[in-house]
Amino acid sequence: MIIIKCPYCGDRDHSEFSYGSDASIVYPSLDAPEKDWVEAVFFRENIKGIQRETWQHSNGCRMWLEVERSTITHEIKSVKPCHTQLQKVFEK
Amino acid sequence: MSSRRIENFGKINRQKQLKFSWENKNYFGYQGDSLASALLANDIRVVGRSFKYHRPRGIMSCGVEESGGLVTIGTGDRKEPNVRVTSQELYEGLIASGQNAFPSVNFDLASINNLLSRFVPAGFYYKTFMGIPPFEWGSGTSVWMFFEKFIRKAAGMGRSSRLPDPDVYEHANDHCDILIVGSGPAGIAAAKEAADRKLDVILVEQDNMIGGDQLSESEFNSDEAFKELKSLGVRVMKRTTAFGLYDNCVLGLVERVEENVTLSDRRLPKQRFWIVRAKHVLIGSGSFERHIAFNNNDVPGSMTVNASKHYLNRYGVLTGKKIVITTNNDSVYSTAEILAKAGANVIVLDNRKETNIDLNKNNFEVINGVVPYNINGSKKINSLDIANSINSKYNKIDTITCDQVLMSGGWSPAVHLLSHRGVRPVWDTENLCFVPGEPKENITVIGSARGIWGKGDCIDSGIAGTLDAINKLGISKTDYFFPKQGGWMNPIEPLYEVKSKKTRSKSFVDFQHDVICDDVRLAHREGFISVEHLKRYTTLGMANDQGKMGNIIGLSLMADLLGKEIPEVGTTTFRPPFTPVSIGALAGRSVGKHFMPLRTTPMHAWNLENGATMIDAGLYDRPWYFPKSNETIDEAYIREAATVRKTVGICDVSSLGKIAIQGPDSTEFINRIYTNAFAKLPINKTRYGIMLRDDGIVLDDGTCWRLSDNEYFMTTSTSQAGKVMSWLEELLQVRWTDLKVNVTSVSEQWGVAAISGPKTRDVLSQCLEDPSTISNENLPFMCFISATLKGGIPCRIARISFSGELGFEIYIQADYANIMMDILWKSAKQFDGCLYGVEALGALRIEKGHVTGAELDGRTTIDDVGLGKMASDKKSYIGSALRKRGVLSASDREKLVGFFPVNKNDTFASGTIICEKNNIKGFGVGRITSVTHSPELGHWIGLGFIKGGVEEWKNINVIGSDPIRNKQIEIQVVSSHMLDPKGERMHG
Ligand SMILES: [Zn+2]
Repeated sequence: MIIIKCPYCGDRDHSEFSYGSDASIVYPSLDAPEKDWVEAVFFRENIKGIQRETWQHSNGCRMWLEVERSTITHEIKSVKPCHTQLQKVFEK
Repeated sequence: MSSRRIENFGKINRQKQLKFSWENKNYFGYQGDSLASALLANDIRVVGRSFKYHRPRGIMSCGVEESGGLVTIGTGDRKEPNVRVTSQELYEGLIASGQNAFPSVNFDLASINNLLSRFVPAGFYYKTFMGIPPFEWGSGTSVWMFFEKFIRKAAGMGRSSRLPDPDVYEHANDHCDILIVGSGPAGIAAAKEAADRKLDVILVEQDNMIGGDQLSESEFNSDEAFKELKSLGVRVMKRTTAFGLYDNCVLGLVERVEENVTLSDRRLPKQRFWIVRAKHVLIGSGSFERHIAFNNNDVPGSMTVNASKHYLNRYGVLTGKKIVITTNNDSVYSTAEILAKAGANVIVLDNRKETNIDLNKNNFEVINGVVPYNINGSKKINSLDIANSINSKYNKIDTITCDQVLMSGGWSPAVHLLSHRGVRPVWDTENLCFVPGEPKENITVIGSARGIWGKGDCIDSGIAGTLDAINKLGISKTDYFFPKQGGWMNPIEPLYEVKSKKTRSKSFVDFQHDVICDDVRLAHREGFISVEHLKRYTTLGMANDQGKMGNIIGLSLMADLLGKEIPEVGTTTFRPPFTPVSIGALAGRSVGKHFMPLRTTPMHAWNLENGATMIDAGLYDRPWYFPKSNETIDEAYIREAATVRKTVGICDVSSLGKIAIQGPDSTEFINRIYTNAFAKLPINKTRYGIMLRDDGIVLDDGTCWRLSDNEYFMTTSTSQAGKVMSWLEELLQVRWTDLKVNVTSVSEQWGVAAISGPKTRDVLSQCLEDPSTISNENLPFMCFISATLKGGIPCRIARISFSGELGFEIYIQADYANIMMDILWKSAKQFDGCLYGVEALGALRIEKGHVTGAELDGRTTIDDVGLGKMASDKKSYIGSALRKRGVLSASDREKLVGFFPVNKNDTFASGTIICEKNNIKGFGVGRITSVTHSPELGHWIGLGFIKGGVEEWKNINVIGSDPIRNKQIEIQVVSSHMLDPKGERMHG
């Protein structure tokens, strides 16, 4: 029963959201060599502690969010829009 | 009426008698009785048989920890097993019966197990069946499957009804400032304090009366306490169990709404499942009295001490006449006094050599330095052997004639809810119990759940709990302190097991699962020394009481064997639920047709009016086939598919996903997500496209239309519509934030009809204001155009074919979908057309070798399905880097092919495994994914995959193996384009 504070909608139950993936991955350009893509797609850190994740508020405003979550306690440290322009809008 | 009921004791309503039935005989109780107190009042001692040995069992407690009195309530479709008699309120007409016994709890044939017990030790079932080689899907399994039904019958708990549950359950949500679990002295004090401070308080009590342990006090008035809390604005939820505590102070509650009401008078849901979000949680869940392990400590008539006090002062039932109380602590003395006052002959055996007890009058006998050694009797207690202890060896010294033995081996705080939050309890060496650890969240434990025994101290801890909450919530800063743990005058002394000198003694640790002290020792000998292993090996602490009474005894035995202290051995983790939760409550209203949300297309009503038989396709309800008079499904879909090939057919395809894509970078965006070239797609053209995932596997296929320079319209498959939408949003919001593109789901805004067959143009022309709109010149293959249906209804028409015939898809505003179908169908009838459903749609696409979700199953590549030519090598796109990696370009990958039965009368099913002749085993060399009867070819055909593809299997027939249906047929491998491979029909 995690509660995620969507920057647009406010505190919402996690059942409104869908987990995306690891937010720390920097995806290579589309024409990057195979090995770069293998690295990005298949190799993941198994973090014990605070992990950066993407979640979508799929049953809400549809915004993709970057969430810092503790994999030990489920504690949510921070939530912000993934889109850099939107981040600026919500900072104000 | 009954010899056990005592005048002037109890809070029951003696003006209102209630009739109930136990084992097919009628009895009476009173309003306010539990089933347990009513049975005891009627002197019914044996209420069940034990799990493994079928020993007679009686009522052993007065609450949710009950592990003896498990019975079946109700009959027919309302038959409910494993109900704790202690938690079931009595109502007029209640029907209860014993379980785990044949023919009755008083005479059970299977009690022979008791004599054969050395053949059924701990771990018996594991050892017996794990040992049968090979224990895998095969012969070992079948041995288990053969014996299982006998074992389950001999060892099982009660049996539930096999009929659908006739009752209604519902879900509800709520929130509050402070939620308090438990209405004992601490919980009530906390609630008053919080209400005084104008906080929104919910007080949850699993019992039907508030008060907790105070219900065993003669002077306590529950109704007055309830009224006072209500007047203060506290929301009191009775008959409600907090079964689980989750992140962010979210609680799961189950409210038993009308389980105290006579069946015929029930109007409300049976149970309500609550999710409550609190800002702070106070846990005042109380504590459980432990029993003592000694030989035959399970004979009906043995009970915890505090339970007998509840039966007397709450229900007016004196549970014994000659009562022996055995203890190691001070908590029993007030009970001894009250039982004696009610007329019982009471002897207290206190294992401590000396005790200083402050009592007003001593109307009972106390013997110090003595422990219980053995109960004589089987269905009832005849006498108790007692022992003294010299050098930790127990020696029998006397026998006391009695009809009841009450036990108190100390108290265990109910740390369950905190354990749900991962907070480990801490061993209190002074009070010999686990007390709650320090929670990190907004949770505070109060009362005896905190290890505080005295009532005054419990009240103080409740007030401190509320002040703690107020501080943690930042409402105000207040000084407060918690009373220290414990509170007895004389220290408790350890007394867990009184070890018998007899071999094969039965000293029960866990009554419900028949775990005896020797089982723990056996587990130790065999190396199961970790607490979690001990639990699983012996089943100690499993089942619906979850070891609320016996866990500590088991731990102490293991500590003893290991030469360690109890805290070093550890404690098992308690997980939700605290007490069993019915599946009905979890399901709530999500049953029957409400099991999943239902999606309908805008022409749903029209389909039904025109005779469609519907089928679930994901969440959608779609037309399956349109039977004429007595047609079977096979006759109908074969006729429909044949009609499409011969004249014309109309099909509702509105469930396709539809996405509007707009913005200056739309073209770039689309070009990056499809494998094929989209950069130069002209306006008014549409193109079939394939999307891959990052890892190179096919995600979905569909069409994409260019509406203008910066505007596109995308269709996706029905099943992947949601996934594709999220994927596009992710790309735009997470990865390619520089692209100026907006995506909008418009799936619900459009109704779509596919119309196909050689007569399509004739049919559609009649429906349009301007028939020339759809001429071959104006609307070539893979183009779309805006048009107007007769009556001036605007629509978009695309020349797309899924069936392989000349075909159009007509897109219309959803509100006009029914009118469009009227217009199209009226016209199609003039050309002997038909309506067709998804079954015929499937037949037509399989004939053409077109793939859908069955083939694009998240494991196949674009080359596997034979569409490699659609993967551009002139551009990079999502998946292009990985689509040919290692395994994905192996030469023996399974490729898309068609399958024909060699004997044209044979049929096969999807899921059939393709094997080489003379090598029919394992995963084979391929699989069939889709099958249909082909009206055009006149026999069954299949689509699927085979290693190497069609070239590898020219002139080599294979075997289609269907182990489920025990069927093998000879199959010919053909090209997946089983009909009109050049596509002459659709270009016509
Ligand atoms: Zn939102």
